[in-house]
Amino acid sequence: MIEIKNLSKSFQTADGTVEALKNVNLTIQDGDIYGIIGMSGAGKSTLVRCINMLERPTEGTVLIDGCDIGSLSEIDLRSVRREVTMIFQGFNLLMQRTCLKNICFPLELSGVNKEEAKKRALELLDVVGLPDKANAYPAQLSGGQQQRIAIARALATEPKVLLCDEATSALDPKTTHSILELIRDINERLGITVIIITHQMSVVEEICTHVAILDEGEVVEEGAVSTVFSSPKSRAAKRLVFPDGAEEILTENRGERRIRVVFNGALATRTPLIARMAMEQQIAASILSASTRSIGDKAYGNMLLGITGDDEVVGRAMDYLQGIEDILVEEVTDHVG
Amino acid sequence: MLDKLFSPEVIEETLWIVQYEIPLAIWETIYVTVLATAFAVILGLPLGVLLVVGEKNGVLPLPKSAMHVLNIVINLLRSIPFLILMIMVIPLTRLIVGTSVGTLASIVPLVIAAFPFVARLVESSLREVNPNIIEMAQSMGASPFQIIVKVLIPESVPSLLSNFTIAITTILGYSAMSGIIGGGGLGKIAINYGYYRYKYLVMLIAVVLLILLVQVFQSVGTRLATKSDKRLKGGR
Repeated sequence: MIEIKNLSKSFQTADGTVEALKNVNLTIQDGDIYGIIGMSGAGKSTLVRCINMLERPTEGTVLIDGCDIGSLSEIDLRSVRREVTMIFQGFNLLMQRTCLKNICFPLELSGVNKEEAKKRALELLDVVGLPDKANAYPAQLSGGQQQRIAIARALATEPKVLLCDEATSALDPKTTHSILELIRDINERLGITVIIITHQMSVVEEICTHVAILDEGEVVEEGAVSTVFSSPKSRAAKRLVFPDGAEEILTENRGERRIRVVFNGALATRTPLIARMAMEQQIAASILSASTRSIGDKAYGNMLLGITGDDEVVGRAMDYLQGIEDILVEEVTDHVG
Repeated sequence: MLDKLFSPEVIEETLWIVQYEIPLAIWETIYVTVLATAFAVILGLPLGVLLVVGEKNGVLPLPKSAMHVLNIVINLLRSIPFLILMIMVIPLTRLIVGTSVGTLASIVPLVIAAFPFVARLVESSLREVNPNIIEMAQSMGASPFQIIVKVLIPESVPSLLSNFTIAITTILGYSAMSGIIGGGGLGKIAINYGYYRYKYLVMLIAVVLLILLVQVFQSVGTRLATKSDKRLKGGR
């Protein structure tokens, strides 16, 4: 278990002090695939570097299985880092070493003998699906293949935690998908806790079980992915869930009453919800904005309806919608956000 | 003038020099250059490494004052003209080699002039290493020493090789100057016959040979550097 408590980090720059992280509190359970999402500059990279103390926090503690790693000496920290390994956006392979030697690198650092290291590296090449690339150099591989080698290298020391710092941001969607599959597979088969830093919604949606949304150095929302994404509350979360700014239109009031319908895993994709409400309740609702996504055959997301009418009509509409499973309804009365 | 340059007597004398003095001179030039470069690298490589890792944000930050002294010493040595440096280090040369004249003795001033230069070249090579790769090594629990010997130096081998090639050709040029304090080699031939005895043809031959040597060192160095670089596609 990783517990991040009251973590703050500030940097001194020429323009004064920059607070990269402000009082961050997170708990990551063993076996989770935990996403930390935010816009660039939100402090994601700083946060992940505090988990292995590449950055020393200004305040607060990071506990890994109860051990306060901020209090460790540089030398003790090195052995922690063999248990909490990392992959990067730029892969960061050693360009003058073969793939096999790259995977051996962390084993060399911890003094494993050459034969044993080589054996382990060959096994890992199999795990990441590149058994024929042992003697190839990184420059001869595609981006996706390089990231696979980097993953194999990160697994060499049999870590408990894998930190992924924008690991798929430099890859095309198809390769991203296959790398995420690999990460999920590793998580399931080896039971490694995975922490994923990303700015891509799709990454979190695809494999994360939990997510924390980071905005300007603060965790603004946190929880299970389905909960956070179906009813984003904070402005930062909304910006991520509705990247086109769909919600912004709503601020202008056109005289009608507005109801927000939140799909939280409803089987709504099969039912023509609005049409049925019009037929059964004779309430005509216009869709002001909608942003829903289907995960499996369930709908998640958010729809804003505009209804012209008095309290009675709006009340009936809300009752009707409330009656449907996994749908939450609320009336929007003022500015969003 | 031209017929004086190529008169039968001159040609005969030149041929004699080419036959009996030039081969030894070539050999002396090569061994002085190679030896001086080797010592300069032995001294310059660790200093170059210190210049990079000892910085405030380096992998092994050293006290600011130590870095200051290191930089000043390197700059100081680099700013003394070689001709003057050769004379200044005569006592040191005598201490190390036992004499201050001769081919072997000329290696000492060459090394002293070249190692700060090599240190700067090494510094610039190591700075080319992607800082993200160093961060990667730290994230895997590498110690500063491991980062130096397993990451910084191996990753910059191609760049180091091309910089050492620059060093060896520069040292070759300096070694010709050491003819003045009695160092052997092609430089001595050129100065003794060309400058002191007006035998321009001999000087010309010595100069052409020096040019050829530079070409050889340069092309071998460039080839080694390219061949060692695994970043180039298909470079196996």
